[in-house]
Amino acid sequence: MSQDKDNNAYWSANVRIILISLVIWALVSFGFGIVLRPMLSGISVGGADLGFWFAQQGSILVFLALIFFYAWRMNKLDREHGVEEE
Amino acid sequence: MDQFTLNLLFVGASFALYIGIAVWARAGSTSEFYAAGRGVHPVTNGMATAADWMSAASFISMAGLIAFTGYDNSSFLMGWTGGYVLLALLLAPYLRKFGKFTVSEFIGDRFYSRTARMVAVVCLLVASITYVIGQMQGVGIAFGRFLEIDAFWGLLIGACVVFAYAVFGGMKGVTYTQVAQYCVLITAYTIPAIFISLQLTGNPIPALGLFGEHTASGEPLLVKLDQIVTDLGFREYTAAHGSTINMVLFTLSLMIGTAGLPHVIMRFFTVPRVSDARWSAGWTLVFIALLYLTAPAVGAMARLNISELMWPNGTDGEAVSVEAIETDPEYAWMATWEKTGLLGWEDKNGDGRIQYYNDGNADLQAKAEANGWEGNELTNFNRDILVLANPEIASLPGWVIGLVAAGGLAAALSTAAGLLLAISSAVSHDLLKGQLTPNMSEKNELLAARLSMAAAIVVAVLLGLNPPGFAAQTVALAFGLAAASIFPALMMGIFFGRINNIGAVAGMLAGLIVTLLYIFLHKGWFFIPDTNMFTDADPLLGPVQSTSFGAVGAMVNFAVAYVVSSMTKEPPQEIKDLVQSVRIPRGAGAATDGH
Repeated sequence: MSQDKDNNAYWSANVRIILISLVIWALVSFGFGIVLRPMLSGISVGGADLGFWFAQQGSILVFLALIFFYAWRMNKLDREHGVEEE
Repeated sequence: MDQFTLNLLFVGASFALYIGIAVWARAGSTSEFYAAGRGVHPVTNGMATAADWMSAASFISMAGLIAFTGYDNSSFLMGWTGGYVLLALLLAPYLRKFGKFTVSEFIGDRFYSRTARMVAVVCLLVASITYVIGQMQGVGIAFGRFLEIDAFWGLLIGACVVFAYAVFGGMKGVTYTQVAQYCVLITAYTIPAIFISLQLTGNPIPALGLFGEHTASGEPLLVKLDQIVTDLGFREYTAAHGSTINMVLFTLSLMIGTAGLPHVIMRFFTVPRVSDARWSAGWTLVFIALLYLTAPAVGAMARLNISELMWPNGTDGEAVSVEAIETDPEYAWMATWEKTGLLGWEDKNGDGRIQYYNDGNADLQAKAEANGWEGNELTNFNRDILVLANPEIASLPGWVIGLVAAGGLAAALSTAAGLLLAISSAVSHDLLKGQLTPNMSEKNELLAARLSMAAAIVVAVLLGLNPPGFAAQTVALAFGLAAASIFPALMMGIFFGRINNIGAVAGMLAGLIVTLLYIFLHKGWFFIPDTNMFTDADPLLGPVQSTSFGAVGAMVNFAVAYVVSSMTKEPPQEIKDLVQSVRIPRGAGAATDGH
């Protein structure tokens, strides 16, 4: 039964990491890139504004960082809960 | 050596390379042929997946759409990369743990229902065939230019080549062929971009050049571009013009669709370990990002170059003369592209010059009247030709042009062939052998696979004759369909244990049907022109265009599945156990063939 409990703890830790990552994912693309762009228009980046940069380049770079962070963090979590692959 | 021979040489050499590698890799082992990626390093697998994923839409079409629309089409950039975050976090590791080979098998097992499996197959077929239409458009344009014929004949010749290519291979299965295709594709895309970025900004990295300084004027490139396009009466490049709601929904549709397309998901079923599935998604995005970070620079710089070619003395000077277009080698690309029927001009006012401007703009109409212009004379500029024409527009050496032709074909062919294989295995394996005629012999199964491939090409060509938009827009419709049908079922299968067989089936059907209906209402029934009741300029639901509806369809799918499931019986215990086991990495064996 304790294995089950631990598995549940593992799963909720995973879901928490996913939720945090998805908040960042949405913030840079839908947020900075689209909806919040007018608020960032004061910050200029090479002839355009920060929102334009996020829409055309910044969000892609953040997506990359997110996926690698998740892979690293989950491999660590697997070991902490003893559910890593043999 | 003339350009035609040079193109032939590059395209021929790249094909020889793919076939050579396929033959060499085949000698190694046959199991690799079926399960691409098993025992392959995540970096190599990522590169191969990137080649599989980046199609004519990414390579040929996307930068052109960005060039002519500017900021508003950033959705393509965010959508087609952001989907990998969803894939890596929400699907890939769990589907790998599940350990079968196809998406419909997962849906069939998780929702303990053959009906669910069949519905998934239908959804996959609809999305994949729409996707192939977009690819065929790209193939047609590439062949049209490269053989210097009408795009229609290019489409027919391209269809034959794709068919031969797909039948010859499970070539898709050979990881190293795709690695070679990736290398050809990315070199072909970046080399001209580097040249052009150096010419315009002095910066060898196009992504930095985009936000750099335009050497000739000393102003930032984007400021210069905004100024030139507004002078010609077009909308400011960097500003937002469309509806914000539509842009959000469109981006979301592309993201969810990315995570719902069978040929990409399948790659993650067969990596050696669950943790590799997580890394693999990251490496795939690294290789995709190399092209996607370059694409907006390609678009912006090409727009600048075209405007300056049409107005060699600035927008206040004289427009380019017809004589220059016909004789000056700098304009030779216009004559070659005119042959494809995708570029056209007409000296309406007979002044021997071609004025390119936005004749719908009031300010420019006044200016036109003062100068005796009688409308925009660059009458036709198909967005899809921009990337292929780009090196010629920038007067780059002939070998770069040949390289780009080879790259465009690599992108279109690899994806088209991959999709055809997915379609044929869905028909012959899931539909016929799995459901209708379980006793079919191996030989007949193979025959059925070939026939369904041929049928899919014929359908794609017929529908592709009247494409519902530019290649990337057609492909966006396919993503909408995948977003509305497949992704929600997969995600709920993993994250919501309460969703049962009836709920999943109802959800997938509801999502697919409303999305398909919405698309047909706007693009015409089966894309037949003039059968549409609404247009994307004035859509049925406020600002929501048909390409953006996939996100709404996905929400319908989630909602219907949830409501129906909570009104019907809970899934049995063994399914709850299956969901538990999918969530935990430990105990993932090699992927097994469950047929």
